[in-house]
Amino acid sequence: MKILLLLSLFAAQCAMAVPALSVTEVRPGIYVHFGKHEFPNKTNHGAIANIGFIVGDSCVAVIDTGGSPEQGYALKKAVDRTTDKPVCYVINTHVHPDHIYGNIAFKLPGVQFVGHKNLSRAMATRGRYYIEKANDQLDLKLEDKHIIPPDKAVKKHLFIELGGRKLRLTAHPTAHTDNDLTVFDQNTDTFWMSDLLFIEHIPVIDGSLKGWLSELNRMEKHQYKMVIPGHGPAVTDWPKSMLPEKNYLQILLTEIRSMIAEGKFIEEAIAKVGYSEKDNWKLFDQFHKRNVTTAFAELEWEEENE
Amino acid sequence: MNKIIKIGLLILLIMPILATAAKDEEQWNNVLKNQYFSGETIQESKDIIEIDAPYRAEDPALVPVKIISKIKQTKDKYIKKITVFVDKNPFPLVGEFEFTPETGKADLAMRVRVNSYSYIRAIAEMNDGKLYMSKKFVKASGGCSAPIGADLDAAMKRLGKVKFRLHKERRAGEPILTQLLISHPNITGMQMDQVTRFVKRSNFVNQLKVTFNNKPVLTAKIDIAISADPNFRFYFVPTKKGELKVEFSDISCESPISRTVCTKGKNYSASYQVSP
Repeated sequence: MKILLLLSLFAAQCAMAVPALSVTEVRPGIYVHFGKHEFPNKTNHGAIANIGFIVGDSCVAVIDTGGSPEQGYALKKAVDRTTDKPVCYVINTHVHPDHIYGNIAFKLPGVQFVGHKNLSRAMATRGRYYIEKANDQLDLKLEDKHIIPPDKAVKKHLFIELGGRKLRLTAHPTAHTDNDLTVFDQNTDTFWMSDLLFIEHIPVIDGSLKGWLSELNRMEKHQYKMVIPGHGPAVTDWPKSMLPEKNYLQILLTEIRSMIAEGKFIEEAIAKVGYSEKDNWKLFDQFHKRNVTTAFAELEWEEENE
Repeated sequence: MNKIIKIGLLILLIMPILATAAKDEEQWNNVLKNQYFSGETIQESKDIIEIDAPYRAEDPALVPVKIISKIKQTKDKYIKKITVFVDKNPFPLVGEFEFTPETGKADLAMRVRVNSYSYIRAIAEMNDGKLYMSKKFVKASGGCSAPIGADLDAAMKRLGKVKFRLHKERRAGEPILTQLLISHPNITGMQMDQVTRFVKRSNFVNQLKVTFNNKPVLTAKIDIAISADPNFRFYFVPTKKGELKVEFSDISCESPISRTVCTKGKNYSASYQVSP
């Protein structure tokens, strides 16, 4: 009996017994775990994105929780090892699985989940589908309880206070998705762009190609000391490091528009558009054709400027 | 090596392939063929129509499918109807498309949802009643339950809008390639609703009729396998100046797999002036 009890105690501990996630302090109090450029699969369980946290004098804001509950627990452990301050906010930068599946590790009293005003809608419409895919393709065992919607919705801007440290959250118009949220740390002039910026990893369009380009054009005019992308290294040369992404999106826009104007069809666009970019990106083969498909379906509904 | 062993090995190697191939045909052989073509003979052939689709689809909710006709539409011999199926979809019938000699060329392209690895097949019915089938296997899954649109707000804003695009190169009396775009989310009944967080009731375009100067060019009965923003390509022969018109309606059904309990939705129409 005693042994059984011990065993079950051990089993209960097991869920938490993950090693702490490796994080790098890129700026004072800003910790990032840099994901590897891989397609989400049964080996990496979708843990591929940049995630991390920002520490203030009174509490911690977690920015994205990772691609699996396990990665979420590992991130939680990294937070606990780094600081004795409690987590007060979990900020989800958008709905994609590699950024939200660790949420459950932070579902604790005193923690507020924050997201774009469209995030809970996106979670509601995509959640069930995502869970099925996760169980099927990522070898995760997820249920409805793992999709945790925000307690606080950001309409346009929201300031959150971590004690001696203010974060400015911005809800963007449709770009990478229709629920992109970025985080700006005033203390260090650091802009956590998440998946509005892809470096090395091919940009993935799941919102609006035109919307994304217009957000990049707007943000290009700003100055930031450091920018943290959703995939790829943190950079200090903004906007230079963003130009490959902008160039890729611009090529898609120009080439697809001209194909539509010539009366060409989606099949041809998928076969021909954007291949000059093939060697510039990791995971090009996995995402490019789908990007063209999504962008074509968007652009064919543009008002013709004739 | 002994010949018998060789053949035996070959059979052993091929067996699993044959078994899966047979499994992929099960739905067609055991259900669909009897349901839609009971007692009829269907010849598998590429001489009348040929279907084309990507072997591996990038987006299961938007798989481009093309049916190429190999004969001209004449008064004496023409393709009267093309029926399209995705065998393993919850509602396998994609649509029934009727043509006339005035269509000129019974080519057809559309975008479909594919819910699991499946054959997509097209059956052409000639004016003399003979049936010809062409099929293509497609690897894609989850197309029917995939979330509604990347940019939901933009999609809802343009609901009901229609665009016709006529190919620029045209010769008098020759069939002209025409593209019809309809803005409609074509909700499958397998996607989640953003408010209730339950599955959203289906709402899809089910009837479609394209006419030129009131003469039918393409008449279709379609279903949830048609992707959001239904998009079709077909031909017609613009003999003189006139009006190309589309009328369509949508419907909402209780179940994604049955069409017995449905509520009629709205009627839409749009037209386009054509000068040859």
